[in-house]
Amino acid sequence: MDSVFRNRGATLLMLTPALLVYTVVMLIPIVWSVTYTFQSGNAVTGFEFVGFDNWIAFFGDATAMDALWFTLRYAIVMTTLQVAAGYGLALLYIFFLRNKSSLVRATIFFPVILPTVAVALMFSRMFEAAPTAGPVNTILMWLGGDLTDFLGDPGYSFWVIIIMDVWRSMGFYAVLLYAGLVEIPQDIMESARIDGASGWKLVRKIVFPLSLPILLSSIIFSINGTLKVFDSIVALTNGGPGSATTPLTLYMFRTSFAYGQYGYGSTVAFMLTLLCLIATVFVFRSMRKDVTR
Amino acid sequence: MTRAPRRATLAAIALTGVGALTLAACSSGGDTDTSSSGSEGSGGSEATTSTEFTYLGQTQNSTIVNTLTSLESGACSAAADGTPLVPDAIDGTTWDQQLQVLAGSDALSNMSMAAGTPSLMQDFIDAGLVLNLSEAFDELGVDGAVLPAAEATLKQLYQTDDLYALPTEYNIEGFWYNMDLFDQAGVEPPTTWSELEDAAAALDAAGIQPFIAAGSDGWPVTRLVGNYILRDLGADALQMVADGEASLTDPEYVAGADAVAALGDAGYFGPAAGSIDYNTAMNQFLTGGGAMFYMGSWALGNFNDPEQNQIGAENIGYFAFPEVEGGAGSISETPANAGIPVMFTTANYTDDIGEWVKCVAENYGNVALAESGQVTGFTVTETPADQSALTTMVQDEIASATGSVLWFEAAFTSEGTTVSQTNGGGLATGALSGAEFMELVQAANQG
Repeated sequence: MDSVFRNRGATLLMLTPALLVYTVVMLIPIVWSVTYTFQSGNAVTGFEFVGFDNWIAFFGDATAMDALWFTLRYAIVMTTLQVAAGYGLALLYIFFLRNKSSLVRATIFFPVILPTVAVALMFSRMFEAAPTAGPVNTILMWLGGDLTDFLGDPGYSFWVIIIMDVWRSMGFYAVLLYAGLVEIPQDIMESARIDGASGWKLVRKIVFPLSLPILLSSIIFSINGTLKVFDSIVALTNGGPGSATTPLTLYMFRTSFAYGQYGYGSTVAFMLTLLCLIATVFVFRSMRKDVTR
Repeated sequence: MTRAPRRATLAAIALTGVGALTLAACSSGGDTDTSSSGSEGSGGSEATTSTEFTYLGQTQNSTIVNTLTSLESGACSAAADGTPLVPDAIDGTTWDQQLQVLAGSDALSNMSMAAGTPSLMQDFIDAGLVLNLSEAFDELGVDGAVLPAAEATLKQLYQTDDLYALPTEYNIEGFWYNMDLFDQAGVEPPTTWSELEDAAAALDAAGIQPFIAAGSDGWPVTRLVGNYILRDLGADALQMVADGEASLTDPEYVAGADAVAALGDAGYFGPAAGSIDYNTAMNQFLTGGGAMFYMGSWALGNFNDPEQNQIGAENIGYFAFPEVEGGAGSISETPANAGIPVMFTTANYTDDIGEWVKCVAENYGNVALAESGQVTGFTVTETPADQSALTTMVQDEIASATGSVLWFEAAFTSEGTTVSQTNGGGLATGALSGAEFMELVQAANQG
């Protein structure tokens, strides 16, 4: 095997087909998209070179900045909550449920396989205020509260989205982190226990440091997934009320396909790519220091 | 070892070459396709043919496709011979987006519902994608099929000298009211804005929800803003905004949004108005959930359906959008539109499709009125005997209107329209002030 990899000819020959496919389906569209950022127009009206106009417009566009701020807020809150919930569940599986955890794991994982639109429909019914009050409002009113239009109020609708997405994704992160936690050698845990570490101390000193690599992967996974959130928000609030819950992805979709501004849409897309890259590098750097400490 | 890299380089070059050839083959294949269909379309004296007549509509609208199906087996059976109707439908909420993608890839159906945003239709027309019906009618010998009022509305809408779409609907808009609830609260149909406010206050005091509006769709609320401005500042007020001669943020324009926001602030649109969609609002009105409902006459289909209409068609009255005291506009200028008209694409236009165009233009109005009670912008030659009183009333209103005006977003860009309609609900709930709303829309419209 070693001799095959040393033969540069063979390596190239084996790599080329994959590289070619990758170039055609990934690199060319990306470069194409970047060239759009310097143009205005669309497939119907034709394109026109506008230099850096789209980029200048982006930084002066209040709606884009709102969308950027919403995206960041959503990504940070979601990543914190879904990784924390997943980690908590994984610890629960390992330390309390042990071998009996498979049924609980399957139940909590179940929302992951449900179609997003179905989940969003269910949540919009649960938090409904009109024409009939949904279960949440019914309970609130029974407790003496007022009818609240959760999806019609910018402050509430953000949290409804968060609740829905955490419920939907925590099972996935629980399984991911569980896979990392079961890999921790039992003898290390055993010796720590003999040394007197138990409960919270065991988690803090042994489990947490040893599960840091998988935690890092989860956070990178989560940040990149949440920065690109689209389907759940479209299905639940469609970016509303007004544009209060519009992330960059939805704004990009609207500018490109509803407003017919392919160039500006590509600019928004490119900014989103940069954002994902920066977030990933940032998380990677900061976590690597911890691991090597 | 020295020979290996050279062989690899050769292999890489060869593979790249194959890849490039494949790509080139793909793109040239596309070109050939276009040119062959082009030559078909312009093919001299020989009759050009099509094997099917495709129609694309919105799933929310069944009237057009039902009428076309009736035509296929009835008046248009000759045109359908060898060129059968192939209907298809997609969701209407993202209609303009899907239409743009189809237009961009030259995949429009022979006939389809037009773009909802007039500025997008103008782009299609400028790009030569939409059939010029004035010219086509001359060639096909169609005369007087479209009512002059509807033709004028469509030309005004797309700012063209020729006709580019057919009015499968012709609607007037105004307030429909529940006569019983008006009697209970002891109010009369208002003719001025302040009378409207008084009526709303009286209804509210009587425990009746004064207005019903689909706040989540936005447009039923922004229509009120637009109409207030047209009544207050005159029929050309919104065109001046589109032409850049005036701004929505000017105080006289903000007054319109403020007037509607004041109704929302008072809670006259009911609780959670921002979450009510079109069907819910319609259902609310037809089950007596509120007194006044601003809507177009396309809703006649719902009003005339006893299953949906629990309050009874005889219990529904109509009054025109009230005048604003001291305003330049007149109550006799009726907000009118051609609903979502239909267009024909120039791509794949053949003599067979032309036959269909002629047949639809000449027969659609009669069939739609007889089978769906739909008032269209086509000349009607046969009036059905069992026509409902509401339908006759709408036909009379159309005949007696001295002028028509377009709606709030008619002259706006796609972005302006979207931003206006996504934020319209905020006015009905009192979440947005008039000035905030107008700033958002003006910014999007310039963008």
